[in-house]
Amino acid sequence: MFDNLLGSFWPYTIDGLILGAIYGLVALGYTMVYGVLRLINFAHSEIFMIGTMASAFVVMVMGVTKPLTGLALVGGLLLLVLAGGAASAGSAMLLERIAYRPLRKRGASRLAALISAIGASLFLQELFALVIIPYVFNRPQQGRNQMGVARIMEKDTLFSIGGAQVRVDQVIIFVAALGMMVLLDLLVNRTKIGRGIRATSQDPETAVLMGVDIDKIVRVTFLIGGLMAGVAGALFVLQFEVTKFSIGFLLGIKAFTAAVLGGIGNLRGALLGGLFLGLIENYGAAIFGSGWKDVIAFSVLVLVLMFRPTGILGESLQQARA
Amino acid sequence: MGAFTDRVRDRWATAPGWQRWTVYVLLFIGALLLPSESIGHFMSPYSDWASVLFFPVGTYIVLAIGLNIVVGQAGLLDLGFVAFFAIGGYSMALLGTRLGLNFWEILIAGVILSAISGVVLGGPTLRLRGDYLAIVTLGFGEIVRQTAENTDAIGGPRGIAGIPHPPSIDGVVIFGVDIFHYGVLDPRPYYYLLVVVATLIIIFVKRWEKSRVGRAWAAIREDEDAAEVMGVPTFKFKLLAFAIGASIGGAMGVVWAGKTISINPNDFLFMLSATILAAVVLGGSGNIPGVILGAFLVAWLPERFRGLSEYRIMVFGAALVALMIFRPEGLLPSRRRKAELAEGTGGMGAMGAEVPDPQAHAEPEGAAK
Amino acid sequence: MRPKIARLGGVLAVGVALTVGLAACGGGGDTGSTTGGGDSAAPTTLKIGFMGDLSGESSGIVIPPSNGAQLAVDEYNATNPKVKIEMIKYDSRADATTAVNLAQKAIKDDKVVALVGPAFSGESKQAVPVLEEAKIPNISASATNVDLAKNGWKYWHRVVPNDGVQGPSIADFIAGAAAAKNVFVVDDKSEYGKGLADAVRAQLKTKGATVSDDALDPNATDYSSTVNKAVSAKPDAIFFGGYYAGAGKLLKQLRDKGVQAKFFSGDGSLDKGIIESAGAAQAEGALIGCPCRIPTSAETDEKVKKFAADYKAKFGADPLIYATEGYDAMTAFTKAIAGGATTADAINEAVGKSDFDGISKHISFDPTGEPSAKSIYMYQVKDGQIGLLGDTTTAKLS
Repeated sequence: MFDNLLGSFWPYTIDGLILGAIYGLVALGYTMVYGVLRLINFAHSEIFMIGTMASAFVVMVMGVTKPLTGLALVGGLLLLVLAGGAASAGSAMLLERIAYRPLRKRGASRLAALISAIGASLFLQELFALVIIPYVFNRPQQGRNQMGVARIMEKDTLFSIGGAQVRVDQVIIFVAALGMMVLLDLLVNRTKIGRGIRATSQDPETAVLMGVDIDKIVRVTFLIGGLMAGVAGALFVLQFEVTKFSIGFLLGIKAFTAAVLGGIGNLRGALLGGLFLGLIENYGAAIFGSGWKDVIAFSVLVLVLMFRPTGILGESLQQARA
Repeated sequence: MGAFTDRVRDRWATAPGWQRWTVYVLLFIGALLLPSESIGHFMSPYSDWASVLFFPVGTYIVLAIGLNIVVGQAGLLDLGFVAFFAIGGYSMALLGTRLGLNFWEILIAGVILSAISGVVLGGPTLRLRGDYLAIVTLGFGEIVRQTAENTDAIGGPRGIAGIPHPPSIDGVVIFGVDIFHYGVLDPRPYYYLLVVVATLIIIFVKRWEKSRVGRAWAAIREDEDAAEVMGVPTFKFKLLAFAIGASIGGAMGVVWAGKTISINPNDFLFMLSATILAAVVLGGSGNIPGVILGAFLVAWLPERFRGLSEYRIMVFGAALVALMIFRPEGLLPSRRRKAELAEGTGGMGAMGAEVPDPQAHAEPEGAAK
Repeated sequence: MRPKIARLGGVLAVGVALTVGLAACGGGGDTGSTTGGGDSAAPTTLKIGFMGDLSGESSGIVIPPSNGAQLAVDEYNATNPKVKIEMIKYDSRADATTAVNLAQKAIKDDKVVALVGPAFSGESKQAVPVLEEAKIPNISASATNVDLAKNGWKYWHRVVPNDGVQGPSIADFIAGAAAAKNVFVVDDKSEYGKGLADAVRAQLKTKGATVSDDALDPNATDYSSTVNKAVSAKPDAIFFGGYYAGAGKLLKQLRDKGVQAKFFSGDGSLDKGIIESAGAAQAEGALIGCPCRIPTSAETDEKVKKFAADYKAKFGADPLIYATEGYDAMTAFTKAIAGGATTADAINEAVGKSDFDGISKHISFDPTGEPSAKSIYMYQVKDGQIGLLGDTTTAKLS
């Protein structure tokens, strides 16, 4: 039972960390919105999906037929990440404007906002399945099918650890994800806008009295969360080279789980929760079989919350400094 | 509209008992008459109306009434309600095919089993606050489904086939319907059974709502800390809400599996939990008639507009957003909930970052708890 | 709290009244339905249904047989018969409950005399009992679950051999032509995928091969844990039971991790989507078994060639998976009706005695409704195209 895990410990660990980095990036969006609005942004999984679609679209437009090299590759990767990030950030802000702000202004309950989020999520999925994929990607009648994305970089092995081969694309994904998170951490803890975000999540009323423009803070929060999800989408496309209208659903649930594991509202918790979840899934799969992966992930979530009811690092953005 | 419904409600509130009971009986009869062919062609031009009335319409209504106890009454966010429906369904399938118990025995067993599973889930997790509970319940729903999927002893992904129907009593024919004949072809006997079960559930739920239990739930929903301080054993009552909600979900699972011949884990996807939650909030969480209306619409509209098949889910999604923007309290909110919402949190807590706006007197919930 | 707020019935009344009111309004506006062919007078048009997932995620393997069935109907009607046939499509989206509701509608409102479908095994399990009780003959062009034939259904048939034939045939090929001794078998935890994979596992074990296994979630994307298991199992061959979306992703991740074992799958993966998802380079050489007969460009049989040409002319696309089977299933009905059968019972009897050369195979049924012909074909990805390799019993790997 355990020899499988012990026999290939490093491969499971490395794949778990890379998956976890993507979880962490998406989890950031959940955690930031939650920190500021106390809202489970259920449609965040669709924001991620839009990021993968934008990246896939760029690859399609570039007309890549064989893997790029050298400067073309660097440019291509940048373009991929930019497209994913921009598309997701834009749609996240639009989502906030249409589906959440009117509710916020009316003082609606968070339950109503959650239903609005579920509605928005359904709408966006169907929009891609029925309109964007058939017409923009020109795949009529195949809106619900999985889309393959052309390979833009050769997946060469860079080095190996303990028998596990680590590929270039995996290193790029891990480094890019960590880099984004460090940048975000600096932004929230060191800049004026970051202070505004922290103040709002701590005590919105006082923040307003102190001259914080809450609408702006909320917009920025969605923008950053969307940006992270979009970059995650681009990295996802780089690694797996597929996407689908419903690709966000499962990943979104996992990322949300990661956010809660780490302590929702806590930026560093999102990263930690993501990596932790990625590892748990892979180790669990190694021991019990991949069919039990999600069962193990959720069971660990329940166990962790029983002993640490606010996640591993505890909640709240303002404590992110600790 | 508001003034009119207010007047209707006032009139209703002061109506003498016999008038109310007349209306109840008429409603019950009305529900029994629903599967009539004469309205079927309009109500469901693309599918068999009586079948649609059983599933999804009737099933969603009962599930929504069950979830309403957890979400609407006690104010606990449950995203994995489908788990209890699954436990009821699997009880029917396993006890019926393996132990050969009959439907009525299994109905009781299923209710007890789901209530126990509600306590098992609630016991360790109900001390969690709001959104932590939400993700844990969501996880529980997935754990139940995937465990069924991975366990070959209960059929794995193949599920269980050959589930027995409720025992028939043939020959009781009313208006050409053999009303106790639980066969395969005619869905109406199952629908009548469902109406009876739903009526009993509504009566029970209504009794609870008006009792000490209901008041305790309302207190927890409005302010858990205050309730605890005032001497309400909040944990006990939350657990009770979970158990009752779960047993209603389980009962529906048994009834549904009793008609459906075979079940498999894919009948219990997360989307069903989300849909039922949408039904509760859309109709007016906390208010049974509202919840029934919400569940009816959520179940019926996509069936009715199957002709627009492609776009119906997209329209449904957009409609959910629009409804929450223009009527966040639901279509038929209870007055009490409406008042709570106007005051602020509506039991679920408002979103943070509330901008103090003259129209919305919402109290932002402190970030640090 | 106000004392006398007993609103249960109050708003319940409004709710149901609204419902009934709505219904009544609509009922008034509706001008009755189709009356269906009268039973006493000889009907001039009979209705035959086609049921399956015509718009959902699996529609890619249901639209071709629906087109095939439509072609059979059109060809029959073009001969100017006394009794014409109208085909009605029922889009179940592969959902069993929807299939049951649609079957009831087909029986009660549309009064169909026969049905091609339901397309998949899951929906068949629930919808066929309804058809059975209503005595409506039905022929599925693509439901391959073994257990379906074990229900004692008299009105049910299929024109494809079941997974109990497909799985062992593929396993024989893996152990025989591909000479694999160590096989890694993965399923996608679907009803179909697990059933097929289990049949393959069992047969491989009787052949003395070492079998290791795992399962994956077709909706997930990261299969690294499954791939790592495959790496440590060092198999000669890998079999995946499931649909193409999962197969494509798995195949790509296996190849990217350097696993070069021969990759096998079953009919659910027989879709060019597997090449797109895996990438042409990674998919090259993948072998896919199927009880279906798909006309390819290298076709030699004249009848199949003509079918492919007619199909292309009518639908503007090449006949894909189960198109020939859909045509043959409908042809069994048209032949019965041409033979003078006009009631559901008579049609069922005539179908049971079917004995003709269809496009996909020779069509005749055993008493349980299974087809007598049991050929499984092996297809292989070559140069980014899926090509026919031949019957599993005779095909050779180059």
